[in-house]
Amino acid sequence: MPNGNSNGSGDSAVVEAALLRHGGDGTRLMQILREIQEQTGWLSPDILTRVAEGTRLPRGRIEGVAGFYHFFHTEPLGRYRVLWSDNITDRMAGNADLMARMCKKLWLKPGRVSEDGLVSVDTTSCTGLCDQGPALLVNYRPVTRMTAERVDQIVELIRHQTPLAEWPAEFFTVEDNIRRKDALLGADFQPGDALKALKSPQEVLDAVKESGLRGRGGAGFSTGQKWDFCRAALGSGANPAHYVVCNADEGEPGTFKDRVLLSSYADMVFEGMTVSGYVIGAKKGLVYLRGEYRYLLEPLNAVLEKRRAAKLLGQSILGRTGFDFDIEIHMGAGAYVCGEETALLESLEGKRGVPRKRPPFPVTSGYLGQPTAVNNVETLASAALITAKGAAWYKAIGTPKSAGTKILSISGDCERPGIYEYPYGVKVSQVLADCGARDTQACQIAGASGLCVAPNEFGRRIAFEDIPTGGSFMVFDNTRDMFQVARNFAHFFVHESCGFCTPCRVGTTLLANAMDKIDEGHGGEYDINDIWRVIRTLKTASHCGLGQTAGNCVADTLQKFRPSYELRLNVRDFEPAFDLDKALSKMREVTGRDDPGAHFHIAHRKSRAGLGTKAGDPS
Amino acid sequence: MNAPLPKRKLKVATTSLAGCFGCHMSFLDIDERILDLVELVEFDRSPITDIKHCSPDCDIGIIEGGVCNAENVHVLHEFRKNCKILIAMGACAINGGLPAQRNSLDIRDILAAVYAQPGRGVHIPNDPEIPLLLNEVHPLHEVVRIDYFLPGCPPSGDAIWKFLTDLLAGRTPTLGHGLIHYD
Repeated sequence: MPNGNSNGSGDSAVVEAALLRHGGDGTRLMQILREIQEQTGWLSPDILTRVAEGTRLPRGRIEGVAGFYHFFHTEPLGRYRVLWSDNITDRMAGNADLMARMCKKLWLKPGRVSEDGLVSVDTTSCTGLCDQGPALLVNYRPVTRMTAERVDQIVELIRHQTPLAEWPAEFFTVEDNIRRKDALLGADFQPGDALKALKSPQEVLDAVKESGLRGRGGAGFSTGQKWDFCRAALGSGANPAHYVVCNADEGEPGTFKDRVLLSSYADMVFEGMTVSGYVIGAKKGLVYLRGEYRYLLEPLNAVLEKRRAAKLLGQSILGRTGFDFDIEIHMGAGAYVCGEETALLESLEGKRGVPRKRPPFPVTSGYLGQPTAVNNVETLASAALITAKGAAWYKAIGTPKSAGTKILSISGDCERPGIYEYPYGVKVSQVLADCGARDTQACQIAGASGLCVAPNEFGRRIAFEDIPTGGSFMVFDNTRDMFQVARNFAHFFVHESCGFCTPCRVGTTLLANAMDKIDEGHGGEYDINDIWRVIRTLKTASHCGLGQTAGNCVADTLQKFRPSYELRLNVRDFEPAFDLDKALSKMREVTGRDDPGAHFHIAHRKSRAGLGTKAGDPS
Repeated sequence: MNAPLPKRKLKVATTSLAGCFGCHMSFLDIDERILDLVELVEFDRSPITDIKHCSPDCDIGIIEGGVCNAENVHVLHEFRKNCKILIAMGACAINGGLPAQRNSLDIRDILAAVYAQPGRGVHIPNDPEIPLLLNEVHPLHEVVRIDYFLPGCPPSGDAIWKFLTDLLAGRTPTLGHGLIHYD
């Protein structure tokens, strides 16, 4: 149990131990800071100074990293840190009322630490538990299926300072909820199957190319081609090397398929990494695991140990001389932008998660400037399967342009949320029928940055040539207010913008402000025009994909669910976002004036009754 | 086809709200080009003419400075009501500028500090003739709709000239490199 109140001598031992474990290597800063914080509860100024000395990095660098990531704390946040997942699906399941109940019982304001330093309660972006929400993290351990009763139990446990280890185990149960298996989830795959089938690296590469496998993170780049570029690129500098990186920073709101793959199919994922290492000539693979999945670290390390014992990792894998490969898991610390592969690489190198300029692409200059193949969890699992079962078998599944299957993470208004694997080409309507969705008015596919699909488009297909997706599939029925869905996403991007480029840093805030202004009943046609202008700037001027796609959901809902905006608009040409008359309140107070000159007589229309102002409220 | 806009002088009104008149001074830096300008426009309410209120048919309103008191709000509303096109000119009009530095403090505390007299307590001037200050200083676009923004502190005479001639010729004004200065 971390101690919220740092105690000097104990802390310094913890810091020294962490520095020693990582050899004072500044590229391992993320891991050093996380391991220290797990013991001390927060990163005090003294700790940062010592880490700076121990890694021989400028102190500003350390502070910059500690300040960037949502899960690093430069202020004490209590011995119990409760973070409510605040995705739209959690809101629809009633997280706002439950969180208010928790705060009330603990005499707390959200975001503030209790006076005795015991506990703090706040919100965080989607935790990848949308199929079993509302969810929260207590000291970064997930608690699912929150109810009023469970809130009360947790409040009691915190009040009595019960260590997390003694909390009821069922609180921490995370279900896989696999509802439909296909080629990947249903495969008969034993650890080593792919490695035993290995031919020459060129032959394996040819098979991956031949299979038509494309990146499962959403962008859909050919995996074989990526490996080919990486294999052809030369390492540089004093320590030339090639690297395999598994992108397990599954942060797109509504996505949780990687969580399930890493919980129950980790061998397949690790084997895919090993195959990739064999092809590109890498000796080392890194998994970048999102901070929200901290609880998976020990189980995953146990799988790695087992694989080493079985000669599936390490020196001379399966007795092949020269085939050396091992895998290490790095934890992220709560930054959505690190799902972008170059931001991920920066983070892996112990820096702030700011996306790099491309080119050069990671295949030629990635981790530590060396050729690096960065692949999604699901892509790597598929590559293992292709290697074991053959390219032709795989290519026969799906559509000509989208070979294989896609795992969808389905949440929201349906009877059976969970994991569904389909061959590419499946219609949206088919997916909706299978998961028991009724009276559906919209699906948000591929997350907050993805596509909002209306009923007249439910005949469209999940495939790279139609609707590409990383796997997020959120369902909204007729009782939902699509304006509030878009407003939730607009705020998500404000929180997750890395702040590096102005179009994104400012644009996401302007967009969220405009949505709030409309929500509060002050919006007019002018504001809609302004929203379009901001979305255009975001799309064309942002440095990376985060900013470029941050306006998608607002743009889609403005086109497809326009009345949900229009019903909130004023007929006035323009109205301030604030109450003009109230802007004179302080001067009226000091001067005691109340004459007509001390007021603006402008009628403000209140937002209409009947339109829910809370996300997820039926409107 | 190609029917030109009717040839008539456009009416231009200008004012300074919570500004320093620096933008108006910069406006005069268009120098002799003002003779070309008056061939195209007629000045309505403006410090140049000393006309006190806008005619109801102004074409262009140019406003310097942000909104810091009740009178500023009334003037701004008068401009919006009477001008087809409203331009926010200069850093204060666009961002609040220097006067908005007070926004991080409570106006009540500021007045209490400014009007404290040793041994005689605090006497804040209080007369219906004096407009009340707003709790915070706002840029123009937070109070009314603004059509164009002319940045600079102040925008140079050349920038103002380029902006106005673009506008008068029916082009969307663009300043581009070299005409945006903050010094």
